[in-house]
Amino acid sequence: MELVFKRPECLIDVPFHFCPGCHHGIAHRLVAEAIDHFKIREKTIGVASVGCSVFMYDYFNIDVVEAPHGRASAVASGVKRARKDLIVFTIQGDGDLGAIGIAEGIHTANRGENITLIFANNGIYGMTGGQMAPTTLLGQKTTTSPYGRDFTYDGYPIRMAEMMATLEGSALVARVAVNNAANLMKAKKAVRKAFQMQTEEMGFSFVEILMSCPTNWGLSSLEANRRVEEEMIPYFPLGILKERKMADYL
Amino acid sequence: MGAIDAGCLLFFGYPITPQNEIPEYLSKHLPPLGGTFIQAESEIASINLLLGASATGARAMSSSSSPGISLMQEGISYMAGSELPVVIVNISRSGPGLGGISASQGDYFQATRGGGHGDYRMIVLAPSTIQEMYDLTCLAFDLSDKYRNPAMILGDALIGQMKEPLIRQKPEKMDLPPKDWALTGARGRKPNRIKSLYLQEGELTEHNWKLYQKYERMKKEEVRFETVNVEDARFIIVAFGSMARVSKSAMELAREEGMKVGLFRPITLFPYPEKGLYDISKQVKQFLTVELNTGQMVEDVKLSVDRDAQVYFYGKPPGALPPPEEILEEIRKYYK
Repeated sequence: MELVFKRPECLIDVPFHFCPGCHHGIAHRLVAEAIDHFKIREKTIGVASVGCSVFMYDYFNIDVVEAPHGRASAVASGVKRARKDLIVFTIQGDGDLGAIGIAEGIHTANRGENITLIFANNGIYGMTGGQMAPTTLLGQKTTTSPYGRDFTYDGYPIRMAEMMATLEGSALVARVAVNNAANLMKAKKAVRKAFQMQTEEMGFSFVEILMSCPTNWGLSSLEANRRVEEEMIPYFPLGILKERKMADYL
Repeated sequence: MGAIDAGCLLFFGYPITPQNEIPEYLSKHLPPLGGTFIQAESEIASINLLLGASATGARAMSSSSSPGISLMQEGISYMAGSELPVVIVNISRSGPGLGGISASQGDYFQATRGGGHGDYRMIVLAPSTIQEMYDLTCLAFDLSDKYRNPAMILGDALIGQMKEPLIRQKPEKMDLPPKDWALTGARGRKPNRIKSLYLQEGELTEHNWKLYQKYERMKKEEVRFETVNVEDARFIIVAFGSMARVSKSAMELAREEGMKVGLFRPITLFPYPEKGLYDISKQVKQFLTVELNTGQMVEDVKLSVDRDAQVYFYGKPPGALPPPEEILEEIRKYYK
């Protein structure tokens, strides 16, 4: 019988440790499919950030370096500057990129570093047990916003993709979701586009993926999927925010 | 210049006085050589750019001064844990806090006692001349590669801004292990991982013992120090970096007065020349530690010397450097 759906070559054949219903595994698969598609596994370097994404090296069949919390985009830039022939990507969570590492993220984009940053936005600190993140929605209860996020106390949820799109250095900025088949197909296309732009040396590519975190949201997998649709997407609208058609030259 | 001659073509840094001469020089000279100079948004970014570059096996460097080095401690700890070879230059200024831009040796503890979190050590080299600034930078790259460990050049505002004659002679190549751990793309081999997170039972214990063995090997093989006039000495001044220069002048003044004074100058602050000091202390029983702080290296001197040796301390908080006569006064006070 013909095999019509298989594990990407780039993913090691082990079960993910992610919680049931978590979208992180899907994000890993989208990245792996893009790497396979461009046949760049042997020259791709992953940068593991701190959070649920740190175990990237247990899943991707590629060279990986681990970054301190928030510093993944700086580390990725360092790898790329040392070896321009390599393809470099990182998956950073919302705490990693939106809080502790926001300076590194913005300046990486602003320098137009030719790397790919996948931003995993589930609006919560997953690994540390459900604390408030910079992208936690107003009114959302977390372990450190037990009365619900209140803008007078905690400020507003940050729209990272919009911020990245304002920077001249960014080449591709997209926000996608993987909560249903239609969104998943668009997400797959965006992630592939991001890697394509890197191979074409177009500059910094950024794909924000809205993700669920059923465990820390206290919801079932299906309820969490619905929450992405009903609460996250209205605040974090999907789409391609910016796409550079030609590389910048001096 | 030393960095370029050591084959380092990557530099990441952030402006801070009194070390701006280094990034300014490299921003001019690296690009024509095909190298890369990046002025990052902070020292935190600099050290992590360095981490990434080093992970590919390339020689890379950053420089900063005390407050900036404080910001780099997180990255240094990660690189010690991940066993990444890099060179960091600290042209230290005075603190604590914003302190001032005058010369100080207040960062001795930070450099030799870890600075960042976790049980690690960093190779620390302390130049006292411009020639050594060059020579030790070349050496730092070799040692960091040899041990897969961060190495620091600990200078100060004086050494960092001085002009002196320099013989630019590339050192002989050290026989170094291949960088088969580097991230170059998993082609025809298993993927390489560079990390410091070890969660499996026993893994981290084993990792820490492995690091410890490495530090012990450094202590056996890499200790460097200079001695002047110790053969007939009855009294030894111990000083490093710019204070060793002033101490040398004080030693000469003391000799003119007939006091048999010698100088012991640690070049490696880690590994510390414990044995070198101990051996001398079997004959000489009086040691005066001179530092541009209120007493840091003196602890290592006390730990090193024979138990019946006397260790005195003369320290100056940051500000003007003490003239040799001030140190001479101290020698007169204790010399027996």
